[in-house]
Amino acid sequence: MKAIEFENVSFCYEESGAFSIRNLNFSVEQGEFVAVLGHNGSGKSTLARLSNGLLEPDEGTVSVFSRRITSKNLYEVRKDVGVVFQNPDNQTVATIVEDDVAFGAENIGLAREEIGRRIDFALRAVGMEAYRTATVARLSGGQKQRVAIAGVLALSPRVLILDESTAMLDPRGRREIVDVVTRLNKEKGITVLLITHFMEEALLADRAIVMNRGDIVMQGTPREIFARKEDLLTYNLSLPRISVICEKLRAGGMKIQDTLDVETLAKEIAACVS
Amino acid sequence: MKDVTFGQYYPRDSFVHRLDPRMKFLFLIAYIVAIFLATNFYGLAVCTAVLIAIIALARVPFGKVLRSIRGILVLLIFTALLNILFVDGETVYAQWWIFVITREGLLFAGLLSLRLVLLVLCSSMLTFTTTPVALTDGVESLLTPLKWIKLPVHALALVMSIALRMIPVLMDEVDRIKNAQRARGADLDRGGLMHKIRTTIPILVPLVLSALRRADELGDAMDARCYMGDKHRTKYKKLHFTWRDLLAFLVGAVLITGVVLLRIYLPAPF
Amino acid sequence: MRIVAEHLSYTYNEKSPFETAALHDVTLTIEEGEFFGIIGHTGSGKSTFVQHLNGLIRLPASLKHAKKHKAKKGQPLPPAPVLKVGEFDLSDKKTDFRALRRHVGMVFQYPEYQLFAETVRDDVAFGLKNFSEKKLTEEEIDSAVCAALEVVGLDFDELKEQSPFELSGGQKRRVAIAGVIVSRPEILILDEPAAGLDPLGKKEILELLHRLHREWCKTVVIVSHDMDEISENCTRAAVFSEGSVKYVLPPKELFRRTEELTALGLDVPLTAKLCAALRARGIDVDCDFTTEDFADKVLAYAASHPKKEGDA
Repeated sequence: MKAIEFENVSFCYEESGAFSIRNLNFSVEQGEFVAVLGHNGSGKSTLARLSNGLLEPDEGTVSVFSRRITSKNLYEVRKDVGVVFQNPDNQTVATIVEDDVAFGAENIGLAREEIGRRIDFALRAVGMEAYRTATVARLSGGQKQRVAIAGVLALSPRVLILDESTAMLDPRGRREIVDVVTRLNKEKGITVLLITHFMEEALLADRAIVMNRGDIVMQGTPREIFARKEDLLTYNLSLPRISVICEKLRAGGMKIQDTLDVETLAKEIAACVS
Repeated sequence: MKDVTFGQYYPRDSFVHRLDPRMKFLFLIAYIVAIFLATNFYGLAVCTAVLIAIIALARVPFGKVLRSIRGILVLLIFTALLNILFVDGETVYAQWWIFVITREGLLFAGLLSLRLVLLVLCSSMLTFTTTPVALTDGVESLLTPLKWIKLPVHALALVMSIALRMIPVLMDEVDRIKNAQRARGADLDRGGLMHKIRTTIPILVPLVLSALRRADELGDAMDARCYMGDKHRTKYKKLHFTWRDLLAFLVGAVLITGVVLLRIYLPAPF
Repeated sequence: MRIVAEHLSYTYNEKSPFETAALHDVTLTIEEGEFFGIIGHTGSGKSTFVQHLNGLIRLPASLKHAKKHKAKKGQPLPPAPVLKVGEFDLSDKKTDFRALRRHVGMVFQYPEYQLFAETVRDDVAFGLKNFSEKKLTEEEIDSAVCAALEVVGLDFDELKEQSPFELSGGQKRRVAIAGVIVSRPEILILDEPAAGLDPLGKKEILELLHRLHREWCKTVVIVSHDMDEISENCTRAAVFSEGSVKYVLPPKELFRRTEELTALGLDVPLTAKLCAALRARGIDVDCDFTTEDFADKVLAYAASHPKKEGDA
């Protein structure tokens, strides 16, 4: 079943008049983990906002689990599609962790006991159960983002979209978020759309999409995408550093297969020397 | 600055901390009524004793509580001086030009200052012992009757809660912007009024822009979590009255009655 | 200008339940001409340290220091903190901190959020006017702003009348950097200069920093938690952890300590990970941990240890 489906979708922000997204067709299968790559301004964040009705397409249709998004069913759609945004400081409404996680569950009118269960579940899923009564302002960036994910999980969504949610974090925070999201995908079967410009984060996805000027210009497994070096460079993306090294070694005459994994590359190098 | 929580909550697990915030609000109102009903030192002595007991029970350091007077220090000195120098009376201690110092003036200044101090200390005890969330929940609950006259009580409480959440973030932001402009040679710490006004622009413009950007993102984040006003909204945290609250209620009631009795049966100092 | 710090300590929210030691007995020297890196987690004290360097955080006055420690009897007086930037003694209250700031430029994280003026020219000129002893003529301002914009890779004539808020993200950041370097500081300190940028933007900002280091500021100090950024660019780097300086070493020596750094919860560059993985297979590659040098050294190793015929 298709979790999200775009059909001939176009969208432009009024002020600029330029198309942010142009005649886009794409879909995400239920349970899939898709990474969306692209430089700043390529339209990848617009994609996230269109997927749960925060923006309305100018043309075409966006459907979530075969339901076309209209102004009437936003409530139902947003229960299914949760979005976590970029800035860890701009997503929490309450001062205390559990109160913030409760916010979404309160909005959909759940009973008190059920909200309590949802908070338990959501905080455990992101590994923050020890911080239930902590003050949000005192958490690290990565912890704040995990609370933001928990706040979305409390609505039991079937799709989780991370709109550059790692961009403002340090490496430790980024790893925390990627780990949590990967686990949610593998263990709970939640469909994940990870929007990022860190190439390394895309490695864990089932499928990667590259956007440029509001259009999908490349699509495939992360390995296939990173093999097309020249194309990536034309879309203002850089290669993962490990691919650069493979390239250089090959140019120097070593027989090295392209790989994205440190251990595999070390093995390959070891096989070339005595 | 980062670690200053707005509302100066002082985390402790005490009797006072665990009181229902609504009870604390009502108690504060009762207390304020009491200090203004107390026209003599006996009544105020009772009020002071009660406050000291509260502070001790809450296990918040006295020095910390006393420091909250700093904010009104100028006002305090000013009103005290005004009373000392201008209040007429029978027993004159000293006189110079238009100023007189009388026994009544001194007493009156003393009374007024003590009231102000008690008022500020007791109000700050509320914020020392109550988390911002409990405060807003308390306000929302106490204001609920106003829903009948179509006042958006829920929205007001939500605005208050978000403000409490965002104020430390924006205070951090002010610090960051100030530091950035200081590093560019802005002289923010000296100069006259005109200079001060001129130097606020490089701080104010980025601050307002940042607040707007944050509001925009927060709005999206709330929408994304199905926020639709208080239609079908439930609440996770319910406030509960307990025996503690009953006790606090009794203390408040006894306090007011006591002060009124003192007012009737013991003579005012003048 | 040389930066000398000795026994620097700093505590946030002293005597409250939120008391946290931000710096603990930090001793560190940064020589003139370095491209220096400062590494550490959020909250490791690195930001507190760099804010000392241009007096945004002041040292406690020396008198107070002595008084504070006299209270504990029987303990020897801890050595007094020293902080000198060139000729400026930052522990002296009488130091002219504005003059210091002219020489020590500081670019904060997300510097584009400090832009405020109506035009790019006015915004860049802000620091210039603040630091100038005399009133500058319009021509002097134009020429200084033009030079600063040019070195950050922007065109003065095209942008001078534009609002800084209408520029793209990358351009905004360049304008903000121009607004700091316009007063020609000798030392330039940048806190996470590439944060939030896409890969291309990152690459361009780092190229810009090298250009500034060559042509504009003698010393560049970057605070970063991207280890690859440090290993590719810096002459030396200091590792901060829990308020203390753990190591001050050139990347070549620092990133040999893969295990120690990992124990501190820090990452190491990809090249260091590869070196460790190769060492585990009995291959020792002695490189300076730049991508370039790593590839060269591996190729040299392969040339000197060719695979024998018949090896499986």
